[in-house]
Amino acid sequence: METTTLIWLIPLPPLLAFFLIVLFTNRSKALSHTIAVGAAALSFIGSMIVFVRALGVEHLGEHPFESAINWLPTGDTWFRIGVLIDPLGAAVLFFVAITIFMIFLYSVGYHNYGQPAGDHDVKGLPPHGATVTDEHGHKHVVPSVEPMYSRFFAFLGLFAFGMYTLVVSDNLLTLFVGWEIMGLCSYLLIGFWYGKPSARDAAVKAFMTTRVGDVFMLLGIAFLYSATGTLTFREIFTEETLHALASTPAWFGMTASGLIALLLFIGTVGKSAQWPLHVWLPDAMEGPTPVSAMIHAATMVSAGVYAVIRMFPLLTADWNGHELTTTMTIVAFIGAFTALFAATIAVAQNDIKRVLAYSTISQLGYMIAALGIGAYVAAAFHLITHAFFKALLFLGSGSVIHGMEHGVLHTGNHHVDPQDMYNMGGLRKKMPITFWTFLIGGFALSGFPLVTAGFWSKDEILADAFGHGHLAVFVTLAIAAFLTAFYTMRQITLTFLGEPRTEEAKHAQETPWTMTTPLIVLAFFAVTYGWVGISEHFPILGGLVPNWFHDFVGHTLAEVPEAPEFSWIPLLTSLVVALGGLALGYLTYRNVKSVSEDKFQIPLLKNKYYFDEAYNFLFIRPAYWFAENVVYKFLDKGVIDGFLHAFGPFTQGTGSALRNYFDLPVINRAIGDGSAEITYWFGGKLRGIQTGRVQQYLMLALVTFIVIGAALYFFVFAA
Amino acid sequence: MTGEQIVFLVVAFVTLFAGLMVVTTRNLVHAALWLVAALFGVAVTYVILHANFLAVVQVVVYIGAIAILFIFAVMLTRRDMRDQGPQMNKNWWFGAVLAVLTFGGLYFLLQGWEGMTKTATSYPVGFDAISELGNALVSPAGYVLPFEVASVLLVAALVGAVYVAFNPRNGNSGK
Amino acid sequence: MVPLSWYLIFAAALFSIGMFGVLSRRNAVAILLGIELMLNSVNINLAAFWRYGDVHLMAGQVFAIIVFAVAAAEVAVGLALVISVYRSRRTVVADEIDMMKW
Repeated sequence: METTTLIWLIPLPPLLAFFLIVLFTNRSKALSHTIAVGAAALSFIGSMIVFVRALGVEHLGEHPFESAINWLPTGDTWFRIGVLIDPLGAAVLFFVAITIFMIFLYSVGYHNYGQPAGDHDVKGLPPHGATVTDEHGHKHVVPSVEPMYSRFFAFLGLFAFGMYTLVVSDNLLTLFVGWEIMGLCSYLLIGFWYGKPSARDAAVKAFMTTRVGDVFMLLGIAFLYSATGTLTFREIFTEETLHALASTPAWFGMTASGLIALLLFIGTVGKSAQWPLHVWLPDAMEGPTPVSAMIHAATMVSAGVYAVIRMFPLLTADWNGHELTTTMTIVAFIGAFTALFAATIAVAQNDIKRVLAYSTISQLGYMIAALGIGAYVAAAFHLITHAFFKALLFLGSGSVIHGMEHGVLHTGNHHVDPQDMYNMGGLRKKMPITFWTFLIGGFALSGFPLVTAGFWSKDEILADAFGHGHLAVFVTLAIAAFLTAFYTMRQITLTFLGEPRTEEAKHAQETPWTMTTPLIVLAFFAVTYGWVGISEHFPILGGLVPNWFHDFVGHTLAEVPEAPEFSWIPLLTSLVVALGGLALGYLTYRNVKSVSEDKFQIPLLKNKYYFDEAYNFLFIRPAYWFAENVVYKFLDKGVIDGFLHAFGPFTQGTGSALRNYFDLPVINRAIGDGSAEITYWFGGKLRGIQTGRVQQYLMLALVTFIVIGAALYFFVFAA
Repeated sequence: MTGEQIVFLVVAFVTLFAGLMVVTTRNLVHAALWLVAALFGVAVTYVILHANFLAVVQVVVYIGAIAILFIFAVMLTRRDMRDQGPQMNKNWWFGAVLAVLTFGGLYFLLQGWEGMTKTATSYPVGFDAISELGNALVSPAGYVLPFEVASVLLVAALVGAVYVAFNPRNGNSGK
Repeated sequence: MVPLSWYLIFAAALFSIGMFGVLSRRNAVAILLGIELMLNSVNINLAAFWRYGDVHLMAGQVFAIIVFAVAAAEVAVGLALVISVYRSRRTVVADEIDMMKW
């Protein structure tokens, strides 16, 4: 098959799966998940074929796979939409396809497929477990299957469709369409257990918060379209268009390109949960764990960073290579600040998924900061390695929770929170596969030197920041990296090491193969993917493996970015912060028995710097207050009702006067009855031609046509 | 006068005559058969125009299917075939006036148009109109959408026709 | 070569003949026969304009084919209606089918 045709087809199977499941197969769990996983597999195979073919093309950057069709007529020209796979697109497609496929597979096990239906499970709440009687007559409580199993796979399919659309798009509009589809799906999936009030609130919060960013992004797209007349990437990223944009002044001392890039970046701030719109992402943990992995690793937040990477030529259009522009400074500041800020919060969280959520925010801040200082390849590299190890960590944490729920069902004590790390401990013996893969993921996240992918990508960002002299960014990111290693080791220590702290943890169980297989596959990539991007300048190891990633993805840009000169300072820094953080994390939490012994339960961090409370105070309560007092009590009750009450008698008086002296004699008699009589008279005359005979109607129409046509011809055209 | 012109004139007059017979003959079966003749004349016109595919479709679809459908319809409504009353309605003279006026108007408009005297460029040698047509019909850059819409229309019309002509008293609906 | 005008006048004549049939015949089937003649005259125009314009632009032939499809649909529905009306009113005379009268 033609590669471009194949690219067109990649997003379709999940969409088809969505419709099939919603319309036809939602009663059959087995059929639904077969369709959904099959669709994910099809897209996966297609993506891999495209990726392998992309590898075989020389100068893919100049001659990407692209194909476009006319879509919307706009005056004399067409708005074209199409697909584009350039090196960046191919690399992103690669990780998106793998992670999405793995998450689909994992979901089968996560939602307890094959288990009996629950005793009193209802739709909209997580399953509570089912009682079964074995052959000896003993009653056991076992996990029960999710009541809305099919619906979950349908939404997941739509989500995957959104992400694939976004990745293969060759223009901002279809990218935005995919972006918004994901926004909808995140709402649906975060609120999947809509019976829980917290899940409902989280869904609304996620939707509303990302919407703030999306509005700005749409403004940016509109501005870009009005300025250039096109939204296709390869038409925008031509030298003359970029130059024209870069030399057009806009507001606040920024150029048009800078302002557009900033507006688009605000969309990313919402989608990729950067400060100050980060608040939705930790709450998004209310959804099922595969959803968390989907949102946090494979799709949604990656999409935000991907969009900025995609628009990088625009972001740097007016950049001379040294002094950062206003927009880039803002981007770098928000990225670096978010990286540090979220890392500090993560230290004080006890919920295993929330730690990962803040870690995601922090790592995304890393990528954004890298883009802000112009480190294009490093950002793309970290995006991909992060997607692998973060998907691994989320799926691993889901596996842990699943194992813990097993323990909870065994003891029957439903007050124990299976997500609280202080209820765990010693799980390495109970869940060996989960432990080892989680360890690999955690070490990759911390940047454990040399073997893990996270080390290479993080080191490259730090080296870029240092090499180009952005010391403030470098120091901030280094501290964030230290904290990352620290809280990661804290998490591993509390969860897996030591002795079980509760009865439930003693009865945890390893999860089924559908859940562990994705962990192993992702663990493989979390280690090996780093090796494709080792800088040539790296001592000893540099050059052993060619720096394929830099060569490949770097050629997406017209000018291949230079890798910075090697320096020992960033390398030593990343070694020290990674190993130091890990060691300190282990030493601090080795003997911690309960939450009261944890020295880092600082209220400020525990409560996430009171951002939720601040937003509640600053935006939500004023909005309610405004609605209640100003709009309802003052405007509605006071002004409008008062006006109406005063107006009523007055109008009544005027009305009756008008009625007696004007309406009855003039309107009713003369105009009303008169027009009716005239119409009646005409009707009586005209009814003669309503014979009900079709040929006579036709003749009448023709006569009229000929008369009017002739009149027009002779008096208008010929005159 | 070239041979082609003579052929055209002959075909045109035969077709027009057949058309006149379609609209004037008393016997409806004969009218339908005259329609076959007129359609065949149009098919020959297509051949003269090098529109070979259209000619074949004209013969196969129009003569082979539509005209036969007419003959069936005439036979199904047979009582009127033997009807010896007038075959024209009482306004037929007015219809004739309108038809002549229409023809006159069209002729007048065509006379005033400068493209009327245009002669065809010679047919390109080796030009494969049929494969071009095939490509145009299925290519996304061509007319695949109108083509598909036409097919949907046809399906809808056929389903509708079955529904309308279906007789619940004789059918298997169980009533 | 046959000039374009001949085709157009031929088509106009056929169109007018068909129209006469539509306007004047009593039998509904005969009216449909007239419509077929009119559709055919349109197709002659389409084919002629294709031939006398740029032969590489296939729009004329494509739309002639679409007219074929529309004609087939029209005949199918039209004859179905005729048969249906015949069944209920025992007549196919257009003048007697005047249920839509005031």
